[in-house]
Amino acid sequence: MSKQTIIELRGIAKHYMMGSEGFYALDGIDLDIYLNDYMAVVGSSGSGKSTLMNLLGCLDYPTAGEYKLKGTDVATLDETSLAGIRNREIGFIFQNFNLLPRATALQNVMQPLIYRGLAPAERKQRAEDALAMVGLQDRMTHVPNQLSGGQRQRVAIARALVTEPAILLADEPTGNLDSSTTVEIMALFDQLHSDGQTLIVVTHEQEIAERCHRVITLKDGRLMSDQANKVPVKPLVSGVAAHV
Amino acid sequence: MSNLNFKIIEGTRSAALSIFAHGFRSFLTTLGIIIGVASVIAVVSVVQGFSANITQQFDGMGTNVLNIESYTPRKERLQGVRAKLTYDDYLEIKYRVPGVSNVPPTVRIWGSNAVITYRGQSSSSMIVGTASTYQKLNTVYPERGRFFNLSDDKSRRRVAVLGPSIMSKLDIKGDPIGQHVAVSGEWFKVIGIAEKRGKLFGFDQDDFILLPFSTTRALLGGAEEPDIIVSLQVDEPSQLEQVKQHIKNLLRRNHKLSKDADDDFEIATADQMLDTFDQIVGSTTLVLGGIVGISLLVGGIGIMNIMLVSVTERTREIGIQKALGATRFDILLQFLIEAVFLCLLGGLIGLILGFGAGSLISNLTGLPSATVPAWAIVLSFGFSAGIGLIFGIIPAAKAANLDPIDALRYE
Ligand SMILES: Nc1ncnc2c1ncn2[C@@H]1O[C@H](COP(=O)(O)OP(=O)(O)OP(=O)(O)O)[C@@H](O)[C@H]1O
Ligand SMILES: [Mg+2]
Repeated sequence: MSKQTIIELRGIAKHYMMGSEGFYALDGIDLDIYLNDYMAVVGSSGSGKSTLMNLLGCLDYPTAGEYKLKGTDVATLDETSLAGIRNREIGFIFQNFNLLPRATALQNVMQPLIYRGLAPAERKQRAEDALAMVGLQDRMTHVPNQLSGGQRQRVAIARALVTEPAILLADEPTGNLDSSTTVEIMALFDQLHSDGQTLIVVTHEQEIAERCHRVITLKDGRLMSDQANKVPVKPLVSGVAAHV
Repeated sequence: MSNLNFKIIEGTRSAALSIFAHGFRSFLTTLGIIIGVASVIAVVSVVQGFSANITQQFDGMGTNVLNIESYTPRKERLQGVRAKLTYDDYLEIKYRVPGVSNVPPTVRIWGSNAVITYRGQSSSSMIVGTASTYQKLNTVYPERGRFFNLSDDKSRRRVAVLGPSIMSKLDIKGDPIGQHVAVSGEWFKVIGIAEKRGKLFGFDQDDFILLPFSTTRALLGGAEEPDIIVSLQVDEPSQLEQVKQHIKNLLRRNHKLSKDADDDFEIATADQMLDTFDQIVGSTTLVLGGIVGISLLVGGIGIMNIMLVSVTERTREIGIQKALGATRFDILLQFLIEAVFLCLLGGLIGLILGFGAGSLISNLTGLPSATVPAWAIVLSFGFSAGIGLIFGIIPAAKAANLDPIDALRYE
């Protein structure tokens, strides 16, 4: 069974000029990401993990190399097409949630569907379904500062999922959460993966990386290793799925 | 395109949300627009109410009515020469010009000669000596009693129709009909009271006494021939120009004017007077428009300023929106809608305040009540929206062109 490639990176580099000195945040990355991959990105602070995620999410652009998303060279796309890709193909989850502060949970989740031009009724239906999936059906009218950290991140996950993206990118999704909330979020990711979702998760936590099926390691902007996790994954805490 | 509609509806909702989230700031921002629109509406409503009233009065005169008055050019006036229409001029117009009817002569006397007394009370009011046909041309109807008739004039009867203001000035109590008032020492019997017309520009339009023309002439004595105003009605409106030309030739001959001399009289139609008035209103409106344009410009710059602040404040939000798939156009639309919404809100408040101020001014000055014409409302909103678009485009473009990653990283 051959794996279907979603993302191909060839010789990707991100170069910053700091005063007179140049600096490579990413340097010659070659990477293929396949359908239903469940991949962890690890590496020390400053190794280029976030830089890579931003490139993958079409929020930023590489200074060299080729990025193909579902066979399309992203460099050839104009700003409007890139917005379309961010809207349809990518679900981005941030460490600091990045919810719209004045909008309710429901409105936050409906937001990407506005840019797709969906009718209000359909937006609402799909957003409600997404919020129900992350277990927040009774928090829909809360604004972000009326929600706990874990709840906020679940709203953000619902918002990333509501567009049914090809790939879910999470940059330290549990970095601001305590350990029990981390367990909840990871159980959710496990569930998504088993439903067929492709996920890439940046993490500092060994336990999280171990749950993923594939782990890549960055060091000073270079890809140091790309390993499959052979160990069958055990739940962090038994009965988490029932808990969520 | 329903997609765009949904986006506009959504943009309006989020604009309202962010405007009311900073209610007081939004109010201060739109103050320029509010003041601009309020001042236009205030002035326009007063002028319009006023001109509606004037037009109504001219309408009463009819469009086929001519007024012929003496006119002294400035140069001659400085030399102390005064042009005049004489009684002979009047008679010639009346009997020699075909196709005219109702030709009342009118003399107006005011100042020290025009003192009316009654039981020790005296009033300095305008004396109008005219014929019974005056009533037809000027649609003056007696509120009580009657207007004088042909025989009053023929027999030089000493009868008078009073303007309603004189009643109070002379402190006439009880039924004024049948009482006597003295004009220049001669007694006149009151036969009617004219309808109240109110004040115009602060002038009392009801402070007059109407006397039969022949009686007035006799009252003045032979000392000096009075200057007469001749009014007339042209039977066939299509003949208006011919009648005017006829009168012109006749008067020029009577006054022995040489070929290159200017007319020493004026023939005006009600339409012409109305035109002149409209011109005055028009140029007032133009000057006003300029002032308002400047205040709206200042208002627009205020809007632009606060929108720029708002874009900066919401940089991260814009970054989030872009990460969720908002296009440049989506962001541009959102901020333009917000700017236009803000301006329209200012326009609405300005409209209400302006109309309030206009009504207040009208009430205080005794002018006719203020009215806001539909074009002024449309124009105010149109202008406000235009200001929003023009001054919103720069902040909106700034927001739309933000780089997603820079916006997300903005602290
Ligand atoms: N806009 C920028 N200008 C210059 N240098 C940058 C910029 N953004 C990132 N960098 C540099 O690129 C390197 C990689 O940064 P990146 O944020 O990808 O690290 P990271 O692996 O995500 O680290 P962390 O685990 O701490 O989040 C860092 O050394 C950082 O200083
Ligand atoms: Mg990072």
